[in-house]
Amino acid sequence: MSWIRSRSAAWATIGALALALFVSRCAPSAPKKDAKKAGGGTSDIAVAAQKTYVAPGDLDEYYLFSSGGHSGQIYVFGVPSMRHISTIPVFTPYPATGYGFDDDSKKMLGNLTWGDVHHPALSETNGDYDGRWLFVNEMNGRVARIDLRDFKTKQILGPIPNVSGNHASAFVTPNSEYSVMASRFSIPIPKGTALEIAKYATDFKGVITGIKIDPKSGEMSFGWQVVMPPFNYDLGDAGKKASDGWVFFTSYNAERATGKLEVTSTQRDRDYIAMVDWKMAEKLAAEGKGTLIGGVKVLDPKELPGLVYLLPCGKSPHGVDVAPDGNWIVGSGKLQGVTTVFNFEKIQTAIRNKDFTGEEDGIPVLKYESIKDAEVPVGLGPLHTQFGTDGYAYTSLFVDSAVAKWKLGTWEVVDKVPMSYSIGHLTAAEGDTVSPDGNYLVGLNKLSHGRHLSVGPSQPESSQLVDITEEKMKLLYDAFTEPEPHYAQMVKADKIHPIEVYPKEENKHPHAIWDVKDASVTRNGNKVLVKMIAVRSTLTPTDFELKEGDEVTIAITNIEQTTDELHGLGILDYNINLVVDPGETKTVTFKAKRGTFPFYCTNFCSALHQEMQGYMIVR
Amino acid sequence: MQGFFARLNQSLARPLGVAPRLLVVASALLLVAVYLFPLWNLTMFAPQYPEGLRLDIYSYKLVGGNGGQDIPEINILNHYIGMRDLVTDDFTEFKWLPFVVGALGLLYLRAAVMGTVGGLVDVLVLNIYFSAFALWSFGYKMYVYGHNLLPTAAVKVEPFMPPMFGGTQLANFEVYSYPQAGSYAMGLSSLLLVAALVVAWRQSRAASRQGT
Repeated sequence: MSWIRSRSAAWATIGALALALFVSRCAPSAPKKDAKKAGGGTSDIAVAAQKTYVAPGDLDEYYLFSSGGHSGQIYVFGVPSMRHISTIPVFTPYPATGYGFDDDSKKMLGNLTWGDVHHPALSETNGDYDGRWLFVNEMNGRVARIDLRDFKTKQILGPIPNVSGNHASAFVTPNSEYSVMASRFSIPIPKGTALEIAKYATDFKGVITGIKIDPKSGEMSFGWQVVMPPFNYDLGDAGKKASDGWVFFTSYNAERATGKLEVTSTQRDRDYIAMVDWKMAEKLAAEGKGTLIGGVKVLDPKELPGLVYLLPCGKSPHGVDVAPDGNWIVGSGKLQGVTTVFNFEKIQTAIRNKDFTGEEDGIPVLKYESIKDAEVPVGLGPLHTQFGTDGYAYTSLFVDSAVAKWKLGTWEVVDKVPMSYSIGHLTAAEGDTVSPDGNYLVGLNKLSHGRHLSVGPSQPESSQLVDITEEKMKLLYDAFTEPEPHYAQMVKADKIHPIEVYPKEENKHPHAIWDVKDASVTRNGNKVLVKMIAVRSTLTPTDFELKEGDEVTIAITNIEQTTDELHGLGILDYNINLVVDPGETKTVTFKAKRGTFPFYCTNFCSALHQEMQGYMIVR
Repeated sequence: MQGFFARLNQSLARPLGVAPRLLVVASALLLVAVYLFPLWNLTMFAPQYPEGLRLDIYSYKLVGGNGGQDIPEINILNHYIGMRDLVTDDFTEFKWLPFVVGALGLLYLRAAVMGTVGGLVDVLVLNIYFSAFALWSFGYKMYVYGHNLLPTAAVKVEPFMPPMFGGTQLANFEVYSYPQAGSYAMGLSSLLLVAALVVAWRQSRAASRQGT
């Protein structure tokens, strides 16, 4: 029996060896470079909790205005709690505030009920946020102004002629002289021209536009426009301090390729950053220079030397960000492992010395080696850079899914923090102004990959709060947002001074009434004007009669002057949904159809809110 | 008995010394406060109104807190229990009260100049009568507001007397009612008159002792 025993012992040994071999060849259950386990970038939980906890009733330190991407909205968060406080509808109807349902906002939206919001830009004075307005772009060639006095969209300008796919926008100049726009998708101009794709390289055009901002009212109007080679203009930033007067735009597809761009546009090692002398453009526009295309005067840099220069930047650059002192311009080639820093002084010298290596459609290309200060090895897929205190810069790395912290001047990468996952933009506290605050940074990540309770396949985006007060960056908090934050602006709360009710004396609406006795129904032919009052807890008139086919305008005034006493007017079966803030008057115009239609207050207001109802009878 | 009245008449006819006259002038000057400061304040807190709703009652006007907004707010809340709106026109006091205070002040000054103990007694009596009447008038107003409730009110409450002095709980509201600088000045003005009378009385007693 001993041979049996020894044989089975041998088999057992072989088996154990095979198993050991197999186990040792098995992949680990988690990445070996697990940042969490290594303690990399994650705060001590108690510290993180304390840094982000804003007690009930307490207020946050910063406002975060986050673009809502193709939701067409702006989301307002508080930092450091990362609480979503409100949503400002801009390019999309938003029933919660009645936006896009009343006559004025419907008119402002025009025929488009969708917009792809990308880059909010706070108004600036001397390169610092002044808390007056927020400008936001969207891809259909429009820019909107939100007044931060009441957090409402006040103007939508556009679509602007010739601009196609307005992505590199709405960046503002240091005194909010201009908000800029540029074409991401070059087209033959004017719009309406149809040309075969084979003519892309020669006959399609990119367009850069300056939108003039009235310094008092914020009212936007067309400023100037420059026609450009058919590159894809991607992002921009206005020069400041040393580089004030210039605005920089990255572009990809210097190949002027079409078709499968992921291949055709990525063949060259360098694309371009276009820099436009906006003060010169302003002057030329004032002189009436340019050719009339699509109803606006368009400046051609070929005929106007000095207006535009091209800086070679590797490879397929995405973000271009001007450092606080204005002298360094950081261009991030998204298909590289480095971010490129240009020196504005060197750029000026190169321009003076005509240190050019060629031209594109008559626009001089500066010599890369003469204008570059550094290629900072930040990591894979650098996209955008923000600035902190003490000369630190923070660059988002899409491919590495991390933020790199590096120092201006020494170009040394000092720290990295992982982001979950695939960070796009990032925003630091006042991190694109002349005086960044440091303190916090928010990574606006494209993927959340189940770091939240599962909500099915349509997952939210993730916005992560990072503490940048110390040498090492620390992840503090995960927040989740609806699609899709691109860029955001973080501003100190004390710079914004919103009103809480519309003061009665400021309401100049021609149909505003303030006494229930003045509520009325006035007929003029088939036009009927209903002046209605909303006040706790009655909508007056409580009932009124119309004739079928009447063209009816209801002007409703909320005569409350108390904070948060909003009233709504919902009319069933009519797709009418107004929300009127205290002291506000809104109108809605519609054609009367036969029937008996209850109307009611939609925005819960008082103990007798349910009773706040009436009937519109159409005979 | 006749002797008493004779002595009383004598005392009342005595001229005032410098100190009582100055006290009377000071008392008259204090009345100016009635035009400058509120007489009474009502403050109401509820969970929804953590900062409170405030009502200042002056001798000639109502002033709501929060830039005046608290009055319409109080009215909106009160309409649910069928209470009358607080409107300036309902307060007849606002028409006569400032006039009467002015007249009182002039009478005080007259008493200081004419300077007899009798004159001083006159204004003190007027002062007390006026203060008591104003207080009653205010209380009555409060009573009427609290009792004259519309029978059709959405929320039926028992008629009630709002607090005149101190705090109380009314439904979800903590209500506080306290006199303000104007009333305190009125009170102090009365005290100064009393003081003037005491000083004058002592001086007159001293004088009569010296006289005998």
